[in-house]
Amino acid sequence: MTSMAPEQEFETQDLMINMGPQHPATHGVFRMVLQVDGEVVRDVVSHIGYMHRGGEKLSETMDFRQGIGFMDRTEYLAQFNAELSYVMAVEKLMDIEVPERSQWIRMILCELNRLSSHFMFTGAFGTDVGVFGTGFTYAFRERENILDLFEEITGDRLMYAYFRPGGLAWEVTDNFVARVREVLNVSKQGIKDMDGLLTENEIFKARTQGIGVISAADAIDWGSTGPVLRASGVPLDLRRTEPYLKYAEVDFDVPVGKVGDVYDRWLVRIEEMRQSVRIIEQCLTKLQPGPILPERMPRMLRTPPGEVYLRTEAPRGEYGIYMVSKGGNRPHRLKIRSACFANLQALRDMTIGSYVADAVVILGSLDIVLCEVDR
Amino acid sequence: MTWPLFGMDMPVVLDLFIRMNIIVILMTVMVMGLIYIERKVLARFQMRLGPTRTGPMGLLQSVADALKLVAKEDVRPTNADPWVFELAPYFVFVPIFIGFVVVPFASGLEVRVLDLGLFYLLAASSVNLVGWVMAGWGSDNRYAIIGGLRSVAQSISYELPLVLSLLAVAMVADSLNLTEIVAGQAGAPNILWQPMAFLIFFIAMIAELNRPPFDIPVGESEVVGGPFVEYSGIRWSMFFLAEYAALFIMALVGSAVFLGGWAWPFGEQLGLPWQIVLTTVKTSMMIFVVFWVRVTVPRMRIDQLMAFAWKLLLPLSFAQILVNGAVLVYELPSGLTHALLAGSGVAGVFIMMWVINRSVSRPRPRPVLIPRTDQTWEATR
Repeated sequence: MTSMAPEQEFETQDLMINMGPQHPATHGVFRMVLQVDGEVVRDVVSHIGYMHRGGEKLSETMDFRQGIGFMDRTEYLAQFNAELSYVMAVEKLMDIEVPERSQWIRMILCELNRLSSHFMFTGAFGTDVGVFGTGFTYAFRERENILDLFEEITGDRLMYAYFRPGGLAWEVTDNFVARVREVLNVSKQGIKDMDGLLTENEIFKARTQGIGVISAADAIDWGSTGPVLRASGVPLDLRRTEPYLKYAEVDFDVPVGKVGDVYDRWLVRIEEMRQSVRIIEQCLTKLQPGPILPERMPRMLRTPPGEVYLRTEAPRGEYGIYMVSKGGNRPHRLKIRSACFANLQALRDMTIGSYVADAVVILGSLDIVLCEVDR
Repeated sequence: MTWPLFGMDMPVVLDLFIRMNIIVILMTVMVMGLIYIERKVLARFQMRLGPTRTGPMGLLQSVADALKLVAKEDVRPTNADPWVFELAPYFVFVPIFIGFVVVPFASGLEVRVLDLGLFYLLAASSVNLVGWVMAGWGSDNRYAIIGGLRSVAQSISYELPLVLSLLAVAMVADSLNLTEIVAGQAGAPNILWQPMAFLIFFIAMIAELNRPPFDIPVGESEVVGGPFVEYSGIRWSMFFLAEYAALFIMALVGSAVFLGGWAWPFGEQLGLPWQIVLTTVKTSMMIFVVFWVRVTVPRMRIDQLMAFAWKLLLPLSFAQILVNGAVLVYELPSGLTHALLAGSGVAGVFIMMWVINRSVSRPRPRPVLIPRTDQTWEATR
């Protein structure tokens, strides 16, 4: 009797799945091609560039005041942070001293923006893990409060263009301090809500712990910054290591993760939100009346020739502006160092060997903004 | 042989036809109501309003949706297998509705009383798995294939605990006839004697229905609707109809088998309208909990899902059956029998909680908070 075993093994073929650019979980127009063996991901090829608008080249044709508005459009969830880098780069080139009051207000707005951005992360990440919209609506309620405040101050809900080289576009509203305190009180409860909704949830923990681990060395090699790097255990926070604005004068803790997995990134961001609240509260006590622009401010912004690289800590990591000027009222060359772009490079390393469902969660944990990646 | 319906005697075939039609129409309306209620309930949980525009309080939203879906073009992808693709919705839809034949809404209010009612219902309703695979395979879409295969794996895994937990109750009730099981609970509902079986049934039911946290085959953020991804219009609405009808039938079975159906707590002498009210209340409670679970929990992963079924639910439901057999085979005094059954069930629930807790809630280091020091970055490194 012949053997029943097949004479030769059947060859199996990996399945290629195209995720995106139109996919609910890719946070914009990002495309990843997954090579899956059953449910296990064998390889990931990511395709970016769907949002590329030639922003850096475009900035060369815009003068410094127009360029501010463009920075909003690269990083549409943390606009103030993006503006800040650009404006500070111009100030550094022109050697302008920014008045105290403007610096404090900038800090408050940037930290509020970090709050709103991280709220957005908590909501969107909940959806990636599979909560049916509940975290999303909770987070959006909080973000909405903050956006309302921004609207009162700047007149716009998304594209603020409020920072100017030298200070601010105009004075904040009279009830600014009271309104910020009001928003903070609501946000504190919001942070507690988001924390309570998911952090200790058993399924959430099972889905996020030990997933997408990246070691500190790898994270540094890929150039990751921000919460992704800090979750891996590297205490690099530009607000602490090379303080700009008045960050040296306020007290805050830098949360640093121990494992470097998705769950750590979540915890780090939740803790950063609490620290942001702390920073804003200190800023509010130190805010004094005064001018918002330096006294001798030229009508036309003209920089002397030179080049500058200026980086700040945006919610997603280091947002840097490299600017070359050959004199005149517009940059000769502008390069945006995008935190999301660097973080996204680590995606392949994190994803290989995990499940298809994890690929979505890992991508969500990087908290990318595709406009910033593609610029 | 005739059955009385509306106080008239009529041929069996005609009677069956009328009853089934009543069921189908009732269910369709019921499903539309369920969808409306689910949307409103979810909206409340999520601080939204839900549908408000169509009709008073948005009551006609489901009608509007149904009209829109019926009027929509029925698209079939070029590469899809025409037969498999077009027949799949029926394979999902029909078995669910066949199951309604034996479900007792009230005393005497069922299409047919079958002695193997429970068995028939489970057998009939599990056929719809074929429809899911057909939809996944026939669509010629990779998301659909993954979703279809996931749904097979999931349904096969969770069918077993579901059946075994119902079997455990059938042992206690000493019958597979749904009407008899309900009538036997006039004194106390079965959930008292079989709490763990109820828990397993409820979990397996959610998994069978592909509802969160077990909505892996249709996971929106992963496979974008899974097997349904290529369906539109009337065919898609048939899937939807079947999904909610299945939810309703499972909730009905749960309330009949575990919660005492129309018999508990007021006994069998209750008037028909009140029996219907009782059934409705119990079923609604079950459905509400399903909605409630849906809004709060994340989705599980396929391996965790399988491990949960095979390593925890299945052994525990087998253990319950063994205990039931051991207890019931010796004719102990009634009080002792019931105490043993209930005790084993409660113990099982605690074992389940302990295992879940132990496998998930491992101690986990929290992020370290680095306070401000006067050291520079280089020094801290």
